[in-house]
Amino acid sequence: MIRLPRKLDAAIRAEGEKTYPNECCGVLLGQIDDENVREVDEILPIDNARDDGEQYHRFRIEADDFMRAEQLARQKGRDVLGFYHSHPDHPAEPSEYDREYALPFYAYIIVAVEKGRAAKLTSWELKLDRSRFETEPIEPIE
Amino acid sequence: MSVTIQIPSALRAFTERKSEIAVEAKTVGEAITALTNLYPDIRPHLFEEEGKLRSFINVYVAGKNVRNAGGVEAAIPDGETLTLVPAIAGGAPLGVRL
Repeated sequence: MIRLPRKLDAAIRAEGEKTYPNECCGVLLGQIDDENVREVDEILPIDNARDDGEQYHRFRIEADDFMRAEQLARQKGRDVLGFYHSHPDHPAEPSEYDREYALPFYAYIIVAVEKGRAAKLTSWELKLDRSRFETEPIEPIE
Repeated sequence: MSVTIQIPSALRAFTERKSEIAVEAKTVGEAITALTNLYPDIRPHLFEEEGKLRSFINVYVAGKNVRNAGGVEAAIPDGETLTLVPAIAGGAPLGVRL
């Protein structure tokens, strides 16, 4: 399960609308407890590193950006909990491409953006054997 | 020579939750092999089935990406830190528009 403050839920949706018809992306920072419950307390929007012509259906967070996010998380006593991205005019479900490039543990939040308006927002985790994503509940918190 | 490998949070499930692992190695390849010998379950997440390092896994030595600076052959100075850094990618499925 992942706990997501309402203001960050709104911020992710706003990012998706701002970058529409392209995909937005960013990093989720926060803490994880002994029962594997993740609580997000900060998001870091990242410039989509894909070429302009690819951004409508692809995103990439470069290693240098990830390195900076990891260092920031360590400085703050936090962990990188996962990532968010948008699916413009597509369902909030991971694609096969998402699975190929995913790692376990991380939460993958996807927000569908329909004709410029943010719609369903979901969170997913890759199984340890990399075979598929499983959806995970999102608990809204203040 | 002793090398410290920093493990990203996603892969700590395979290293007994340890964020840093010390190994003996002179090159990046030796260090990663030592890591996978210690923790075999981490291997599928670092390597493709053919044994090639996954394209989205980057290795930083002393804060610099070695992808175009020797790759797995790159030397690691004694006492230096090696960091595993994934590049994250994804995107919407093709042909499933709303």
